[in-house]
Amino acid sequence: MRDFSRVEIDSILQRAEKLETFASKGSSNLLDGKILAMLFYEPSTRTRLSFETAMKRLGGETINMVSTEVSSAAKGEMLADTIKVVGEYADVIVLRHPKEGSARMSAEISGVPIINAGDGAGHHPTQTLLDLYTIKRESHLHNLNIALIGDLKYGRTVHSLAYALSLYDAKISMVSPEQLCIPIAIKEDLTKRGINIYETTKLEDVIEEADVIYVTRIQRERFPDIGEYQKVAGSYRVSLESLKHCKEDVIIMHPLPRVDEIDVDVDSTKHAKYFKQAFYGVPVRMAVLSLVLGCEA
Amino acid sequence: MKRELRVHPIRNGTVIDHIAPGQALNVLKILGIIGTSDAVVSVVMNVQSKKTHKKDIVKVEDRELNPHEVDKIALIAPSATINIIRDYKVNKKDKVILPDAVDGVVRCANPNCISNTHEPVTSKFTIDKSQSQIRLRCIYCEQTISDNIADHLL
Ligand SMILES: Nc1ncnc2c1ncn2[C@@H]1O[C@H](COP(=O)(O)OP(=O)(O)O)[C@@H](O)[C@H]1O
Ligand SMILES: [Mg+2]
Ligand SMILES: [Zn+2]
Repeated sequence: MRDFSRVEIDSILQRAEKLETFASKGSSNLLDGKILAMLFYEPSTRTRLSFETAMKRLGGETINMVSTEVSSAAKGEMLADTIKVVGEYADVIVLRHPKEGSARMSAEISGVPIINAGDGAGHHPTQTLLDLYTIKRESHLHNLNIALIGDLKYGRTVHSLAYALSLYDAKISMVSPEQLCIPIAIKEDLTKRGINIYETTKLEDVIEEADVIYVTRIQRERFPDIGEYQKVAGSYRVSLESLKHCKEDVIIMHPLPRVDEIDVDVDSTKHAKYFKQAFYGVPVRMAVLSLVLGCEA
Repeated sequence: MKRELRVHPIRNGTVIDHIAPGQALNVLKILGIIGTSDAVVSVVMNVQSKKTHKKDIVKVEDRELNPHEVDKIALIAPSATINIIRDYKVNKKDKVILPDAVDGVVRCANPNCISNTHEPVTSKFTIDKSQSQIRLRCIYCEQTISDNIADHLL
């Protein structure tokens, strides 16, 4: 997301808005006769299903690699060769691969567009776009005050989102335990882009001001012992109690899957937007697919 | 003879002057002059210079550098000057130019980068010269290298 411009992002979000009516029901023939190849070298549920849904709702077809082919690839076939071959079958390729930069390399050698659906610890741009779309539809991108909560050290989702939000002059609060705070290099890079960052370890410090509360999982593996983990993770859990002093129209987002960082009691409040957020993956991926395939929305 | 010329003059070859102090041995590494080599080389380290405070100098006989070698030297010694010596005289003098990008010169430090696999891909880095210390950014994984660049040369 570091090299997307604001104009490009805005045009994708606008396109998604136009296509949203086809995302949950009905269909369109916009991508009639087009084939999307899904190359997933790592497991995924939501990303994979929402790309397939997006393609099919727009009248296109999808082809998939089955898991034995993934394992034979692990034994030796070069990704570069697979990309060249599959590019002869399909009009567009969605790639998830464990190596950072795999999508970039694929785009260099492929005759058809490559959409990055996650490259190791690298990027997952359609996730960021759907996060932005959710903020736009359920809150506002202008003058946004957002709190990013949880694992800000290893969480690529929040890094990409922070870069994208730097284009919208958002005020970002980074809430994490000390050992999981945002890496210095990323913080410096963001500050250079003129973004206003406030760092804290306490959820209470930011909850009253936030328009958006973006929650991410704190992983057990990051802590030396389970006691320490439970203590830390517990203090970032979003519950009805912790929402008592928040803004009336605050929204709560989460990239999912959730474990217990948001109480299920919160699900039924008007603030909970994480399932809607997952749904918005469909119109956003419709927008990206139709854009790279050169079809007017 | 100039004061700084501490070794005998060479007839034909290259003098790499104004090398950042401490980088002379890395320059030799770039030129492939390590261990057993028949190259006639003299190295001067930490001499006083008017231009910079201290500098290293490398002189190699009967050798002119290729552009790839010059790019590498630019990365570790951006202020170096390359003097081509022909018939004892400085025939051509050029400051190294730090390019905006380098291909196949540096290995990415990220073990999980696609450029460190058996895939047919050449490492590529963009060079950020805006700070006093240059910073390389892998175009594939975006990881940066700014310290000890010499250790990452291919
Ligand atoms: N024939 C030579 N043999 C070895 N070194 C030489 C020879 N001619 C010049 N040099 C060295 O090459 C560098 C550049 O030479 P010159 O252009 O005369 O000096 P400067 O760059 O200081 O103006 C100096 O370090 C000088 O000592
Ligand atoms: Mg001189
Ligand atoms: Zn890399």
